[in-house]
Amino acid sequence: MGVENIIFIIALLAGGGLFAFNVRKIIRNIRLGKKLNRTDRQADRWKIMTRVALGQSKMVVRPVAGFLHLLVYVGFVIINLEVLEIILDGIFGTHRLFAPLLGGFYDFLIGSFEILAFLVIFAVVVFFIRRNIIYIKRFRQKELNGWPKNDANLILLIEVLLMSAFLTMNATDQILQSRGVAHYIEAGSYPVSSMLTGIFSSWSTEGLMMYERIAWWFHILGILAFLNYLPYSKHFHIILAFPNVFYSNLEAKGRISNMKAVTDEVKLMLDPSATPPEPSDEPVKFGAKDVQDLSWKSLLDSYTCTECGRCTSSCPANQTGKLLSPRAIMMKTRDRLEEVGKNIDANKGAFVDDGKSLLHDYISAEELWACTTCNACVEACPVNIDPLSIIVDLRRQLVMEESAPPAALNAMFTNVENNGAPWQFSPADRLNWADEDA
Amino acid sequence: MELKVRTLASYNAAGESPEILFWVGCAGSFDDRAKKVTKAVAKILQAADVKFAVLGTEESCTGDPAKRAGNEFLFQMQAMQNIAVMNEYGVKKIVTACPHCFNTLKNEYPELGGHYDVVHHTQLIKSLLDEGRIRVEGGIFKGKKITFHDPCYLGRANGEYEAPREVLSKLDAELIEMKRCKSNGLCCGAGGAQMFKEAEPGDKEVNVERTEEALALNPKVIAVGCPFCNTMMTDGVKHAEKESEVQVLDIAEMIASAADL
Ligand code: SF4
Ligand code: SF4
Repeated sequence: MGVENIIFIIALLAGGGLFAFNVRKIIRNIRLGKKLNRTDRQADRWKIMTRVALGQSKMVVRPVAGFLHLLVYVGFVIINLEVLEIILDGIFGTHRLFAPLLGGFYDFLIGSFEILAFLVIFAVVVFFIRRNIIYIKRFRQKELNGWPKNDANLILLIEVLLMSAFLTMNATDQILQSRGVAHYIEAGSYPVSSMLTGIFSSWSTEGLMMYERIAWWFHILGILAFLNYLPYSKHFHIILAFPNVFYSNLEAKGRISNMKAVTDEVKLMLDPSATPPEPSDEPVKFGAKDVQDLSWKSLLDSYTCTECGRCTSSCPANQTGKLLSPRAIMMKTRDRLEEVGKNIDANKGAFVDDGKSLLHDYISAEELWACTTCNACVEACPVNIDPLSIIVDLRRQLVMEESAPPAALNAMFTNVENNGAPWQFSPADRLNWADEDA
Repeated sequence: MELKVRTLASYNAAGESPEILFWVGCAGSFDDRAKKVTKAVAKILQAADVKFAVLGTEESCTGDPAKRAGNEFLFQMQAMQNIAVMNEYGVKKIVTACPHCFNTLKNEYPELGGHYDVVHHTQLIKSLLDEGRIRVEGGIFKGKKITFHDPCYLGRANGEYEAPREVLSKLDAELIEMKRCKSNGLCCGAGGAQMFKEAEPGDKEVNVERTEEALALNPKVIAVGCPFCNTMMTDGVKHAEKESEVQVLDIAEMIASAADL
């Protein structure tokens, strides 16, 4: 085993270890959320995950973006099979370890990877144009200013670089193969990179070997770096989309959960002889003020959000110029959750009140009161995120803990309470319609 | 047709039980426009010989607007009281002309002890037509352009897009779809308790946006299936000063009118 292999193994362990460390932190953050049972109906959950996450069924609703995304997605998944070979070669100092084992099939694989790599570059270039040159409203809205916009472009750049390294590595490799250089066994078929050999054909064998090695290292170190970039990026969805869809809401979208704590109190109010529920150690909160008061699924949702803006572009409030944007609701939830996570890290594992909260400091009452609960955002989301449940949880806090609904809604509540209708009519008149003339 | 509406209490006193409870809802009981829809539904039920009852003064708000505005206490108070009344009478099947009542009764009451088989009026009318219990020909709607505005709480919230369309198809009219329809339908702007407050600051009202989309198709009728959509779309048509050319009608009214009830 040479020095090169040892360096490789160290890089692999470091990259993998750092990623595991960050993922554990994120899992801890998600677990800060409130309990919610999403482990029932396993068979349905596997089905929906296969259809929506693996099969991208909600992406194709917008055919252009859906098709391009499919190219990148399939390309990404399949080309990563190659990474397995790269890792084994790196550890054992071999070169194209699988070639002798797979024979002709190996040529087919490498050929397919190359075509996919080319298609990925094509799709990524179109994505870049869509994001930066053509005017598409959902990519220009204000919540994307700053880091989110740079994040999106950086990902596109990384993808182009990784694919270019892969293709030029193959280009130099095949020249080395044809020159019969030891170690570079004849293997693979190169439908795309064979067109690049012209660039390198005048290079010396040493120069080519050097480039081939650099591209090889760049490819694998790039992937390790990318892996560790994910937890800071909207690109984390490539992993989280799967669990997030698996734990989707399987009930009718119109159903909003009944709060158990309220049920207990209302039962006591209506029937004082009922047995009061066991007191729990947690103080009962009615609604959500901060991220810890949301369900764990809402927190997983926030880490999964791809910031694609399909929710926002179908939101009636947003379309008519209101402050509300369901995408911004998800992004703010993630930002606040990250902040809370850092607070916990800095304070030896316990959250110390920082005088801030998701409600008010991140999400304003004005945003929340613009929602019509129409579920368009939930329907539009390609990874089954539910911004509406966060909105309702925060509204509950505004109403039940802070008694701060808009005055008109307060009046509506009073009417429901006193007259059994949201308007000021007498309950005695409920059947008058039957006797009035048509 | 003369309406004969009986309450559940009167059925009960006579030792009878109805086939179905017609949950009228607050809009259907008090809003002048929605009351017409209520009557149309009652006429259809009567014409189809459906033994139906209403709760009358024993009905109270389902609590939907309170819940969606964040007042879970008030919602559950309403729900528990309504459930107590309905369970006392042994209610099994409910029809309602309000998608909000429909959604709440169907999806949120069971966990609180209210288990009923709940249908939206367009679903019931569809089965009455299918079973031949009522018959319609196009009547005044024959050949006219009609577009249907999906109520969020029937469509996306409960996945029912077909029943209203199948009922409308019986009218021999020209049914045209807006670009944003079915699962992609745009809200009228009333849901989530918006009906009871001013909209937040913005550059347009949601109902104006939606009505413009419908009016762009040049329909004679904008068909609706919800009392709140009805108000919102009617206001939108007025805003566009098209009320002399375009009507906003509930599907029940269209069927009652086409069947000469
Ligand atoms: S449910 Fe609320 S946030 Fe979601 S699309 Fe409708 S109005 Fe917008
Ligand atoms: S919530 Fe879903 S639809 Fe909205 S931006 Fe995030 S991933 Fe896209």
